[in-house]
Amino acid sequence: MSDMLAVRNAQAVPLAHMPVLEPEAFRRAVLDAVASGARIASFFGRPLPSGRLGVLCALAHDHAGTLSLLGMEAGEEYPSLSPDCPQAQLFERELAEQWGLRPKGHPWLKPVRFAPPRRPGGEPMGSGPCGVMPFYRVGGEEIHEVAVGPVHAGVIEPGHFRFQCRGETVKHLEISLGYQHRGVERALTGGPDARTSHYMETLAGDTTVGHAWAYCQALEALGRVEAPARAAVLRAAALELERLANHLGDLGALAGDVGFLPTQSYCGRLRGDALNMTALLCGNRFGRRLLKPGGTGCDVDERTLDELRLRLDALARDSASALRLLWDAPSVTARFEGAGALTLGDARALGLVGPSVRACGALQDVRRNQPFGVYRYAMIPVSTWDTGDVFARAHVRWMEFQRSVVFLRELFETLPAGPVLRAPGSPAPESVVVSLVEGWRGEVCHAAVTDAAGRFAAYKVVDPSFHNWPGLALALRGQGISDFPLCNKSFNLSYCGVDL
Amino acid sequence: MLKILWTRLQQKHRTTAYPKGPAPELPPRFLGRPKIDMSRCTPDSCRSCAGACPHGALDIGERVRIDLGKCLFCGACEAACPAGVIEFTREYRMAVGRRGELEVQDAAYRLAEALDAKSRKLFGHSLKLRQVSAGGCGACEADVNVLNTVGWDLGRFGIQFVASPRHADGLLVTGPVTENMRLGLLKTWEAVPSPKLVIAAGACAISGGPYLGHPEVHDGCTRLLPVDLFIPGCPPHPLTVLDGLLRLLGRLEKDGR
Ligand code: SF4
Repeated sequence: MSDMLAVRNAQAVPLAHMPVLEPEAFRRAVLDAVASGARIASFFGRPLPSGRLGVLCALAHDHAGTLSLLGMEAGEEYPSLSPDCPQAQLFERELAEQWGLRPKGHPWLKPVRFAPPRRPGGEPMGSGPCGVMPFYRVGGEEIHEVAVGPVHAGVIEPGHFRFQCRGETVKHLEISLGYQHRGVERALTGGPDARTSHYMETLAGDTTVGHAWAYCQALEALGRVEAPARAAVLRAAALELERLANHLGDLGALAGDVGFLPTQSYCGRLRGDALNMTALLCGNRFGRRLLKPGGTGCDVDERTLDELRLRLDALARDSASALRLLWDAPSVTARFEGAGALTLGDARALGLVGPSVRACGALQDVRRNQPFGVYRYAMIPVSTWDTGDVFARAHVRWMEFQRSVVFLRELFETLPAGPVLRAPGSPAPESVVVSLVEGWRGEVCHAAVTDAAGRFAAYKVVDPSFHNWPGLALALRGQGISDFPLCNKSFNLSYCGVDL
Repeated sequence: MLKILWTRLQQKHRTTAYPKGPAPELPPRFLGRPKIDMSRCTPDSCRSCAGACPHGALDIGERVRIDLGKCLFCGACEAACPAGVIEFTREYRMAVGRRGELEVQDAAYRLAEALDAKSRKLFGHSLKLRQVSAGGCGACEADVNVLNTVGWDLGRFGIQFVASPRHADGLLVTGPVTENMRLGLLKTWEAVPSPKLVIAAGACAISGGPYLGHPEVHDGCTRLLPVDLFIPGCPPHPLTVLDGLLRLLGRLEKDGR
């Protein structure tokens, strides 16, 4: 680890302090770190004035509570990490697609988003419209293929899924995304500017607070300011409300997928109640306009706080009654148990994050391991289960829901007085910062590299779904194809958060 | 079974009385349709609001005008004006029938009119929609989906989201229409039998929203499909969506309760 730069979550450092290695040494260093328990949090490139590509890797050391940064410079190609480190595979495909940097020895190099190349004059990686590529095929007469999407049956985002089945059993599922690719990450380069916060709030609409927070934190680190205590508490309240709303929505949808309609109906309404609590803070159900670099865009008064407390109590009570029904129904738990199970080993190898990895027994939560904001002073217990199946992913959500309620009560009681905004200075030039937030789906990671003028030379967003989609594909192996909706919902991953 | 019934009693009846009764209360900080009062504009036109909108929704040529098709309802222009010319009200009714009518000026705003008698006969009591999500952030879909929950019970109006375009009377489009979704959107549109409707929900679908001008998107579906109803917002509040749908079907009074 001595050949890496150790930093804390959201600590800006001069870019020059980061060691830059030759490709082979870089590969070795990352592989060694991952072998000793680190995770790849981010891995991305930016063009250098020399015409070469500067690659940056951020590794998370959960037990030490640190991150380490490491760079590499490459021309056309470098030795691929993926054969020894599966969690690198999507990152490497992304580098190849965006910048034409080929990972030599990558087991199956395919487009991630079917996005145009970002290097001037670069060749597009896909040869046709979105989704046209060689899919993994299982051979044999008894095998049939089921293709779904991009337009799905429900009111939901687009993606393409191909199942290789023998009878009802799924032998392999391959997921192809990119349909939501709207060029956000590209457009962030050269910022921050007046459009930046709108981009951040719409990276994944259901994670508006998570992403906005990661951005604010990065900008505050670069601008050498810390959000005032009152704003820090309000942010945490918004983040936990976002978790409540989404976890409730997922639990309801899981109930619906096994045909248990009472809990589905109640949760649909209760999710709305949670969203409306966020709207009480800032006027918008998703938390738009609430976070601002340097603090928050709005404050609360005593009356609103009282109203929030009342609503939280009602929400907790009604949710408990709706969920008790679910856990008490053997017909439900029988469907949840054993479905879409992942082992801890596989989950770690793929680099999963959030409730999906905690459901495999991993004590992994940014709020605990790399604490940020008020989580540095206040503990929220990490919720885990160890069966790795749909039941575990549902149960972890329910435990997290309850713990967030307790935490929110504390936050509402201890809101410190004072201002809510302290404007950050202009971003430090030639610096790098990696900012992590535990969103409701898991680790939200933003990394910014500034140029000599303090503008974003690169801004990399890693939504938790980016890590977790391969987890869903793996969980489907050997499952009945009719359990796909259930397994899918138990992960509930974002399309737009990945497609960017 | 008894437990289920008991829980049912605890959870109570929750469907909103709207549109027969009052609309659900909106939060005090809700930003709805903006109001422009030119009489407050300082005589020397201080132009403090110039450049306040990074999305081109604000035009301050002769008079101040806001294009709700582009507006993300962030309130930046309201905050920039020291004289209070621009004020975001809590008015949730915003859906219109023509793109040009999305412009808010110092004058009346024309809400969507009902379809003609023939179309109303076809769709007025049963409207099946296929939703196509084409590149947004997912929040528009989430708040459209909310209409299917017990709180709103969209089904009581005969409006339903269906799985196949073959079963649909029209599309509800969200997102700026990415190049990667263009084909999917057009094919879905072709698969809907005529006569058919198109509803553009959210700033993205109307103008490109936050992604306006990106080469990766088509700045909404308006140039690709004939749109019958424009529902502004980022995302539109479920109430705004419902109001638009009911208005289109002629299910609300003319005075726009
Ligand atoms: S209009 Fe706004 S809320 Fe709707 S999809 Fe676009 S960015 Fe998201």
